[in-house]
Amino acid sequence: MSLAKRIIPCLDVDDGRVVKGVQFVDIRDAGDPIEVAKRYDQQGADEITFLDITATHHDRDTMIHVVEAVASQVFIPLTVGGGIRTTDDIRRMLNAGADKVGINSAAVKNPDFVREAAEKFGSQCIVVAIDAKRVSVEGEANKWEIFTHGGRTSTGLDAVEWAKKMVTYGAGEILLTSMDRDGTKSGFDLDLTRAISEAVAVPVIASGGVGKLQDLTDGIKLGKADAVLAASIFHFGEHTVQEAKQQMASQGIEVRL
Amino acid sequence: MQRVAVIDYGMGNLRSVSKALESVAGNNTSIEVTADPAKILAASHVVFPGVGAIRDCIGELQRLQLDNVIREVAQTKPLLGVCLGMQALLSHSEENSGVDSLDIIPGDVRHFDIEHSADTERLKVPHMGWNKVNQTISHPLWKDIEQDSRFYFVHSYFVSPSDEKVTAATTDYPNDFTSAIYKDNLFAVQFHPEKSQHVGLQLLKNFLTWDGQS
Repeated sequence: MSLAKRIIPCLDVDDGRVVKGVQFVDIRDAGDPIEVAKRYDQQGADEITFLDITATHHDRDTMIHVVEAVASQVFIPLTVGGGIRTTDDIRRMLNAGADKVGINSAAVKNPDFVREAAEKFGSQCIVVAIDAKRVSVEGEANKWEIFTHGGRTSTGLDAVEWAKKMVTYGAGEILLTSMDRDGTKSGFDLDLTRAISEAVAVPVIASGGVGKLQDLTDGIKLGKADAVLAASIFHFGEHTVQEAKQQMASQGIEVRL
Repeated sequence: MQRVAVIDYGMGNLRSVSKALESVAGNNTSIEVTADPAKILAASHVVFPGVGAIRDCIGELQRLQLDNVIREVAQTKPLLGVCLGMQALLSHSEENSGVDSLDIIPGDVRHFDIEHSADTERLKVPHMGWNKVNQTISHPLWKDIEQDSRFYFVHSYFVSPSDEKVTAATTDYPNDFTSAIYKDNLFAVQFHPEKSQHVGLQLLKNFLTWDGQS
């Protein structure tokens, strides 16, 4: 099939500024989400995701202005996640120019919110973000559970069952983060990615753990992901999105070059 | 002065469409997002976008009395349908248990059949991401756009026109479906030109300079 696998840089935004250090030598203001988004767009990013990491009310208003500014200059799909709790939050983000919103803890708290959101705005713009952590020990069958509060609080929900449920409730895409791998640079949890991707009929974005270009390729080839999301590997100018795509293409993956 | 109307009927985010048009429009072009029939009929070019579900789409068009406005525009001036705005032009859609649509282009709108995927891998629906658009005719809207360029798609239904001659492009997922149609002064695309970076902006630019002749 000719549909390209996607590479999605993720920007963590706090009070209108990109945090977790973006460093481009030739960018004037590496904390400005608009500058950074433009750079990734030029590099060939297939989409851009903004994660509002504090998501207070004040932050949300700031985020809306960020989205408005980016959407008038960058003409690729934009996703906004973090603190999306009501249909009004969604409406405001979409009106500002976001194409999709990521729903995470609000879905765990109240799964019907996903149903309501999908009915109102269409599944195509509802991304359910899942933070999963392995709970099986070596020798046992693989098992992951949904965690909230940055991986600290277990919900007891089985990750594969939860993903399936979210799709029946109207999620159009799953953003899957391995809490075991997030920030470790040791690659995606490929078993987890494959388990979820094979269990649901909607696209799955793999996230958490990318440390080198081969990790992205593995996420697609071995993890069966439809898209891969990464932050630090691109932020520090170690690799460009274009390099990542060339590497994927050289291993037989369809990409948009 | 060129006046472009983007039809606003409450279906999805029109800001991206108008911003993308603004970025390619010359100084002599005004772009207005509007539900006012008089403004739409007075425009030189009309864009009919939309995301969401077809029943709400047709319902809103009827409530705002825009269904007949679009039928008239489809006969008189350059009209660009995008995504749901393309699907609404057909006769009937399978979505929402079956909805009669504008019937400007005879044919049906059908769901991607997950069960009959020819590919060994599971077919993911929605069809989401950048896919190749195979231009099946030469047309002013394809000007300066390379054959098989990738555009951004996000949809679960696709158009199946009765007359194959209206097909302007096809895309493979997992079999060929019609990803662009044309008829006289009408052109419609399943993908989102406003989200398809350079190639998408080129198509919008081509639309703004199109006189409606193919």
